[in-house]
Amino acid sequence: MKTLSARLDELRGAAPACRHNARTIAALTTNPGCSRRALLDAAAVDKAAVARHLGFPPTFGQSQFAITRGNAFEAMVKANGCADLLALLRERLDLTIPEVAYHNLEAVGDNTSNAVRYRRTRQLFAQAVDSGEGTLFDHPMLRLEIAGAPAYLEPDVVALRLGGQFHVVEIKSFPVVDGQADPAQVAAAARQSAVYVIALRELMKEIGADPEKLVSHNVILVCTTDFSNRPTAELVDLRKQLAVVSRQLSRLTAIDELVRSLPEDAGFALGDRLADTLAEIPARYAPECMSTCELAFACRDEARSQGCVDVLGRTVCDELGGLDNIDVVLSLAEGSLDLGEEYADITEVLRQAHRLRLEVAG
Amino acid sequence: MSVLTALARMQAVRAGRAQPIADYCHTHLSKRPLVMVPLKLAGEAAAPLAVMLGTEAANPRLLVVPQPRDRVLRLRFVAALADIVLPYITAHTTETEEYTTKEGETRTRCLDAPQLWVPNTGGIEFLGLLGRSVRFHRTDGDNPVPESIPLLGRWLTWFRDRAEHPGSSVALPMTSVLSAHWASGQSPLEDANLAALLGWIAPPPGRTGQQAAARAEDPLAVPPAGPATDPGFDNEELAPLIASYDEAVDETARALAVQRIERALHKQVEPTWQLMWQGLALLRALPAAPHAAGRWSADVAAFSYFLETVPEGTPQPRRDSAVSAARRLLDRERALERYDAERAFDDPRVMLEHRLAGTAFTGTVVEAEPTRTEAKGTRKVLRPHLRVRTSDPFTAVLGEKLCNITLPKQSGTVVDVDGDTVLLELSGGMGRKLIPEPGTVPEVGAAVGFARFTPVSSRPPKLPSREETPWTHGGPPPDWVPTEDTFEEL
Repeated sequence: MKTLSARLDELRGAAPACRHNARTIAALTTNPGCSRRALLDAAAVDKAAVARHLGFPPTFGQSQFAITRGNAFEAMVKANGCADLLALLRERLDLTIPEVAYHNLEAVGDNTSNAVRYRRTRQLFAQAVDSGEGTLFDHPMLRLEIAGAPAYLEPDVVALRLGGQFHVVEIKSFPVVDGQADPAQVAAAARQSAVYVIALRELMKEIGADPEKLVSHNVILVCTTDFSNRPTAELVDLRKQLAVVSRQLSRLTAIDELVRSLPEDAGFALGDRLADTLAEIPARYAPECMSTCELAFACRDEARSQGCVDVLGRTVCDELGGLDNIDVVLSLAEGSLDLGEEYADITEVLRQAHRLRLEVAG
Repeated sequence: MSVLTALARMQAVRAGRAQPIADYCHTHLSKRPLVMVPLKLAGEAAAPLAVMLGTEAANPRLLVVPQPRDRVLRLRFVAALADIVLPYITAHTTETEEYTTKEGETRTRCLDAPQLWVPNTGGIEFLGLLGRSVRFHRTDGDNPVPESIPLLGRWLTWFRDRAEHPGSSVALPMTSVLSAHWASGQSPLEDANLAALLGWIAPPPGRTGQQAAARAEDPLAVPPAGPATDPGFDNEELAPLIASYDEAVDETARALAVQRIERALHKQVEPTWQLMWQGLALLRALPAAPHAAGRWSADVAAFSYFLETVPEGTPQPRRDSAVSAARRLLDRERALERYDAERAFDDPRVMLEHRLAGTAFTGTVVEAEPTRTEAKGTRKVLRPHLRVRTSDPFTAVLGEKLCNITLPKQSGTVVDVDGDTVLLELSGGMGRKLIPEPGTVPEVGAAVGFARFTPVSSRPPKLPSREETPWTHGGPPPDWVPTEDTFEEL
C-alpha cells in the first residue's frame, strides 16, 4: 500500500510539483465541491500547463503597472526597519508597541533556500516566545502541509508581537477611499491572510507553544489612503475565513477516496490520455471559476457541450429546484418530458412560465 | 433571477441568440447622449489613462494621459475633460420653465437633463472615483487648479450618486441596460462583458451568440471595454511606450511618444466606442415605455435641484450624515418599488414575472354588472361587479384590493372566489355619475388584468424634521461646512 503523497506524486508523473502559495491555497476555498480541482491541487499539478495542453490557455495575467505599484508601496511601508509601519500602528490602531527588534528573514546569510529560511524563522519565533519581547519579522518563511506535501509560504509581510500575540500584517496597495475599500479586494486579502495565520499557528505548534493563544485571529491590513501613497491600517477579523480555509485544508488531506476511485494506471502527465483521465473526474463548473481556476475555460466548454445549467450561473441554477440539464428543463417546460412526482412542483412552474412566454410572444 | 428569466436564458442557449425579456425600452433615451469609454491605469485608485467621448458616433474625441503617474498630466487631462463635459451639461440649462411648488413658491427648472453612457458599472464607479479625487482640490493658495476641475468633480460625483437611484437615466452602464431587456445564453457574470453580451443580442450573420461571445473574450481580437485594460496590452505595448515618453530627450521626441501612446490607446477604446452606439441603436429600436418619461422628469428635477446648489461652491461631503443616508435610502426604496411596478404596468412581458409569481393575473370577463350600485350612507355609489376567469397561478384573498392593469385608477376588491373565477367589485376611474363612462368597465369576453401592487406611489412615510432627529441617528446633524482640512492640495 503506497502512502497518499507517493500516490499523488505518481499521478503527477515526471512534471515538477507546482508550488502552492497563499493565493492558490486561498483559491481552494472558492469552489470546495469540485473534485477535479481538489485532485489536481493535491497532486500539485501545474493546472495552467494542463489547460494549455487541452487547448484552453488560461487568461490570467497581471499588469506590470499594478505589480510595480504594489512593490513600491510595500517597500515604502517597510523602509528603515518598518519605521513608518510602527508609527502607523501606534497612531491608527492605538497600539502601545514598545521598542521592537527587527529581523529580516528574506535570506539567511547568503542562503535563500526555503527549508533553511523556515528553520531560521522557527528558531527566531521560538526565541521571541521565550523572551516575550516585541519583535518584527520581515519576510518570515512559513510552512503548511497541503495533502501531505509541504508548501512554503512567505507573508510578504511581517508578524509582530502586540499584547502578547503575534499578528500577521498584510500590505496591499489598493485604496481605502473615505474609509471604504473595495469589498472584493478586502475579501481576497482576508482569505490570503487566513492562510498565513494558519501556517503561523502550525509553526507555534511545532515550537510547542499554544497556537490559538499566541497567534491573533485579527490581521492588520495596511492599505493606501484615498488617492495617495499614504498608508492606513485596519484590524480585520478573520475567524470566518480561518474556519473556511481550515475546513478546506482538512478536506484536501482526506482525498484518499478520490484517489482510489481513479484507475490504477491513471496519470496527469501531459499526453493523449490526459483529456480522458480528467473527464473521468467530476468537475463542478461555475462562472466564478474563471477568476480563480486555470482550468475554467476547459470546464466551461465541457459543461456547455453537456448542456449543464451551471454555465448560466448560480442564480439560474437556484431557480431550477435541482434540475441540472438545459435540454431536460426545456423539455419539461414544453411538456414533452415528465419526471414524475419528485419534480412535480418545478415542472408545474416551468410549464406555467413557458405558457406565459408563448402567450406574450403570440 | 426568476424562473422566467432562467427559462429565457436556456431558450437563448438553444436558439443561439439572446431572448427578449421586455417589449419596451424602460430607459429614457436622450436625443443627444454623451457616450464615454474611460480607461484607467492598473493598480492605481483613479488614475485616468484615456477616455473616448462624444455625442455623435462619427465624431469621438480621445483624451489621453501619456504618463498617468504624473499628477500634473492627470490634472491637465481632467481640465480637458471638464472643457467637454461642462459645456455639455450647461447646454441643458438654457431652456427652463417656471413652476409653483406645493408650498406656493415659484421656482425655475430645466426642461431636459444630460445623459451619460459608459460601457459597464465599472465605468460609473471609475467616473465617481475620478470625481471624488478632484472635487476637493483648491482653486486658491499655493497650487491652485482651474475652477473647472473641482466643478467637474462635483458633477461626476452627482452622476455616480444619481446612477444608484432606481429607474434613473442620467448615468447608464450599457451592459446593465441591455441585460434588463434581453436574456443571453451565458451567465450574468459574462454579461458584464459588453462585446460578449452584444454578441448574444445581435450575432453577426452566420454566427451563433456563443461563437460571437467567444470571439469577444479574446483580448487581442476585442479589447476589454474598460475601465481596466488588458494586462497583456499593458505589459507588451503600453509600458514600453510610456517608458519612451519618460526617456524622451526633447520636445520632438516627446510629441512623437505622445502620438504613439494616443494611437495605441485609440485602438483599445475604438471597438468599444462602436459597440456603445450599436447598443444605443438596439435600444432605440424598441418602443419607449410610457412611464419612462415620468421617471425622466424626476431626473430632470434632481438635475435642476443640484444645479441650483452649484454656485454655492460646496463639494459633496466625503460621507453622508446618518440623516441624509436615511433619507436617501428611503427615497431609493420608494423609487425601486415604483420602478418595478411601472415597468410591469407598461410592459406585458415584464408583467409575466408577476403573473408567474402570483402577484398579478390576467383573464377573461365572464360576467359583468356594469351599472351595479350600492348604498353608502345616504347616497348611492357605483360599484360594478366583474367575474373574471383566469388560468394564472393567482390565489385571490377575500377582501383584498387589486389594481386594474389597464386602468390603474380603478381598484377591484375580491368579493368571491369560485374555482378558477374571481368576483371583483370595481371602484374608481369610472367618472362621477351612477352610469360608468364608456370604456371604463370591461365587457363580457374582454381580456383584463389585476395586480396586487400599483404604480401610483403611496404617501411617503413622514420623517422627523432636521431639528427633531432622534438620538439613534446622532441627533440634529450639523450643517456640512467644509473646513480648511477638507480641501486637498495638489
